[in-house]
Amino acid sequence: MSVTARAASLFVAFIVVAGVVTFVAMYYIGGASALATVHYAASAGQVNVVLQEDPQNDSASKPDWVSYYVQDPATQKWVHTTLFSVPANTKVNVTLYGYDGCTPLRNNYFSEVQGTIGNTVTLSQFDQHGKEYLTDKTTSVINAWSDCTVGHTFAIPGLNLYVPVASPNAQLSADNLCSSSPCTPGGNPYAKETFSFMSPAHAGVFRWQCLVPCGGGFLDGNSGPMQTLGYMMGEMDVVSS
Amino acid sequence: MTTTEPAAQPAPAPEPRHGRRLFVLWLVLSLAADLLIWFAWKPHLPPGDMSDAARHQQFDIAVLAISAAPVIVFAILYFVYALVVWRIRPGDDAAGDGEPIYGHTKVQVSWIVGTTVIVMWLFVFGTVELVTPAGAGAGEGPSPIWKLAGTQSATWTPGGKTMLDVQVIGQQWAWTYRYPQFGGMESSELMLPVNTPVTFHVTSLDVIHSFWAYQLGVKADANPQVDNVAYVTAKTLGSVTVRCNELCGIWHGAMFNYGHVVSQSAFQSWASGVQAKEKADGVLADLPPYALTYDPTVIPQMGENLIKIDGITGAAGYYYPPSDPVTP
Repeated sequence: MSVTARAASLFVAFIVVAGVVTFVAMYYIGGASALATVHYAASAGQVNVVLQEDPQNDSASKPDWVSYYVQDPATQKWVHTTLFSVPANTKVNVTLYGYDGCTPLRNNYFSEVQGTIGNTVTLSQFDQHGKEYLTDKTTSVINAWSDCTVGHTFAIPGLNLYVPVASPNAQLSADNLCSSSPCTPGGNPYAKETFSFMSPAHAGVFRWQCLVPCGGGFLDGNSGPMQTLGYMMGEMDVVSS
Repeated sequence: MTTTEPAAQPAPAPEPRHGRRLFVLWLVLSLAADLLIWFAWKPHLPPGDMSDAARHQQFDIAVLAISAAPVIVFAILYFVYALVVWRIRPGDDAAGDGEPIYGHTKVQVSWIVGTTVIVMWLFVFGTVELVTPAGAGAGEGPSPIWKLAGTQSATWTPGGKTMLDVQVIGQQWAWTYRYPQFGGMESSELMLPVNTPVTFHVTSLDVIHSFWAYQLGVKADANPQVDNVAYVTAKTLGSVTVRCNELCGIWHGAMFNYGHVVSQSAFQSWASGVQAKEKADGVLADLPPYALTYDPTVIPQMGENLIKIDGITGAAGYYYPPSDPVTP
């Protein structure tokens, strides 16, 4: 093979490899950035963020992964994303619906509510018939080990915010979980949790995550939805108000 | 017939004593470089001087720089000197070689002795600096050889020589800290008293992390089922950045938080306050008994192995059995 042919082959090989690498990078980076961001605007110094966590999701590729959803304040529709934005220095009121079953925390320290206003949450729980068997209980601890009523957590470590997310109790979790996402109250047991915290005074992106190793099927429950934007981890974009 | 005598060739200028020149230049430049390193650079070298371990590390880096500077100065000086002094000038025989060298005992001996001294010096210095500050702030495993002086006690009070035990727990992607001398209370914030010998017990609940308290000069791997011990004594008040130094997943880069070195009385007040709060709200009782390591698949409060518990249907119907390694 002549020197020219060798050089041409090398050049073509380089172009092919560079193209593949670029495609893979763009596929993953582009895929991540394609997630929708739900924007919450302040009203009277407050925003109302509404989330739910489900035992599955409505994606075509990973339908059996546990997942969060974010409610669009304009349309009231659930968006399969974990990206949302709030204004800076604003009281953020969160309503969180827990449809997934209970799974004990890896570190039960995170049973303690931290970083919310008052370091408490207000909790209600409903059975599959819509009957409320716990009503507006304000608590600073939801013990994930003793009675198995924690499904996941909503944690923003950068703000020292750690909130255990209640689930239906163990018996209800075993029999009647919602099986089609996004979940709705009818026919499914669920927990409703509300809490508030102050967004930081400065703009920035704060990651949030679940601290329950809820990646079923993955080694020790890590990976999968635990490490994927749009499922059990996300970002809260704090924008200048 | 007259004849003229050929003009006498001027005697070549005596070759300057290059060795002496180089030595004097090297000595002056090396001294200047070392003084600059010690007085101007050392105070700014990482990781600072917040703890005994950090001070030793800063000292070590400065000593290594001082040891390396004369070697670097010699190499650069010889290179520049050769370019300037021994370059070919107009009229020189460009094709001519210098006199062949068949060996130079002095040079060979100097080289062997010099490099041996440098290597042995670094070996001895490095060993001493690893031993004297009780492991230099690094994790020494579950049975440390070089221990920090201090007395062990089940409780800790300000003013004494009692060591403070702090357990560092890593999990994806957060650090928490347990204080066994305060009832095993746990915090997401690292708080340490100044001038107190501290024993870190570093472990993990999932993958391998690495506890890196930068300003304290402490770095210890956090391995599941392993108690990795490291020592430190904080010498000044201030803030500490704690980072994970082992690639541990997608949010590895965001796995950091902050700690504070406070007065002994302030620490006592803080620790007692957290203990009382966690006791009051029930978290203290909800935590597993303090242990050097934890098996996350076993929950003592539930009395049995987690994966054998019926009725738990979270995580798509089953719960992280360790023998289910379906890796991504």
